[in-house]
Amino acid sequence: MRLEQIYQDVILDHYKHPQHRGLREPYGAQVHHVNPICGDEVTLRVALSDDGEHVIDVSYDGQGCSISQAATSVLTEQVIGQSVGQALKTVTAFTEMVSSRGNVAGDEDVIGDGVAFAGVAKYPARVKCALLGWMAFKDALAQATDDLQEVKG
Amino acid sequence: MTVSVTRPSALDLAAIRADFPILARVMRGGNQLAYLDSGATSQRPVQVLDAERDFLTTCNGGVHRGAHQLMEEATDAYEQGRADIAAFVGAAPDELVFTKNATESLNLLSYVLGDNRFDRAVGPGDVIVTTELEHHANLVPWQELARRTGAALRWYGVTDDGRIDLDSLQLDGNVKVVTFSHHSNVTGAVGPVAELVEQAKAIGALTVLDACQSVPHQPVDLHALDVDFAAFSGHKMLGPNGIGVLYGRSELLSAMPPFLTGGSMIETVSMEATTYAAPPQRFEAGTPMTSQVVGLAAAARYLGAIGMNAVEAHERELVAAAIDGLSGIDAVRVIGPTAMENRGSPVSFVVDGVHAHDVGQVLDDDGVAVRVGHHCALPLHRRFGVAATARASFAIYNTLDEVDRLVAGVRHALDFFGGA
Repeated sequence: MRLEQIYQDVILDHYKHPQHRGLREPYGAQVHHVNPICGDEVTLRVALSDDGEHVIDVSYDGQGCSISQAATSVLTEQVIGQSVGQALKTVTAFTEMVSSRGNVAGDEDVIGDGVAFAGVAKYPARVKCALLGWMAFKDALAQATDDLQEVKG
Repeated sequence: MTVSVTRPSALDLAAIRADFPILARVMRGGNQLAYLDSGATSQRPVQVLDAERDFLTTCNGGVHRGAHQLMEEATDAYEQGRADIAAFVGAAPDELVFTKNATESLNLLSYVLGDNRFDRAVGPGDVIVTTELEHHANLVPWQELARRTGAALRWYGVTDDGRIDLDSLQLDGNVKVVTFSHHSNVTGAVGPVAELVEQAKAIGALTVLDACQSVPHQPVDLHALDVDFAAFSGHKMLGPNGIGVLYGRSELLSAMPPFLTGGSMIETVSMEATTYAAPPQRFEAGTPMTSQVVGLAAAARYLGAIGMNAVEAHERELVAAAIDGLSGIDAVRVIGPTAMENRGSPVSFVVDGVHAHDVGQVLDDDGVAVRVGHHCALPLHRRFGVAATARASFAIYNTLDEVDRLVAGVRHALDFFGGA
């Protein structure tokens, strides 16, 4: 059954019980990303530690399909508490797997529950769903880092 | 291959379906394709493909230039194609301009309507009127025209059952253009063409009809509808993509300056000045598409041979069955009229607790192809407070069995996501 390949239990679980959902204060940067194909959207905030070295919170709100909502939930579980460098590596690894058409299995040690999205990689129409929150995070992380450096500078 | 038709129909559906080899495909989930996305792009019968191949293998050549035999035959095929398509929509041949798609048709028109060489052009203080249910192709070009000219854009709102709300806007003497869809590509509502044309004429405004979703599905006589302009596309009416049509009343096209310029559209050229060819060549700059015209004409003849009254009657049966079946599921809300009066093909719906994208994925696994998303009509989706809908749209080759598979697939999606 192909449906179970794309909608693995981990994904359905994150969809029904999203982690870290809701917009929270304080935050260093906020972004709003949309998927122009389907109209899904996410507003996402990133809070960095005072020294700018660690991701201390990622909060979000939005609406979209199970894939986009679950992927954003997985994102927060993975990157909150990571160093900025680790978080970027996590994003790169997840992006590589989801964009691979199924050729990259994904490393659970790096992307955690993100490996459940390996099946999604085989459905090109859904790759943007999986990446919506992740690309928003990458954008917000860059803005928060830039802003912090400007303040320091 | 045998085709399961659960209830009798006047049409020989098995014979029609045999003309569309793609309909026999078995999809990745192991099920035969049920193609319910003809509102996005329709499938093409072998007659259309054969017409293109025959043209390309016997008489391909540049049209309207040179003097060799192939050029003459290609020109004849091109212009005969224009005549066949014109006859299909109740227009004169020289009232049809070929473009690359309906979007280009509407852009062509909106650019000329901002050109002050045209005495019906809009300017500062004028008003352009559209509606809240338009496809972006019949909205964004008018926003741009307003921006370029200083005209204002106003719009009719939409009723709760997805129709143009005639009471939501009063036209006045400042209105110069009224543009609207014949059939909504989301709600399936058939627009009040007669009323809008009458109101626009009373104040001297031009009328523009987006006929993309009507020409493939019901008899359309543009002269009888009495609109000034209309746009439709080839690939939604069993024809090729890469070709669209702009219809304009003869006297209007004759008075209009060109949009795109260059070869093929001139009368005489000097280093100082150029005069332009008569319509429709005036609006067909550059080497035109040729096999696409031949293919589109074959599509028009194919539909004409079945008869558009028969096409309409068959599709009404499918739409009624889809609305009936979907309405029997508590979690489903149809976005659009649920009665069949003035009701066209697309049936759009939302499923409580299951995002449209996920509904579409489950249907895909069942071999049922529907469109999910906003269908290039974001303002309409906002009007209904939804980000996305699933849309089933029908064509002459669809069956009641496929409607049953759609309804079963939606139930499957509900089961799979457990009403999450």
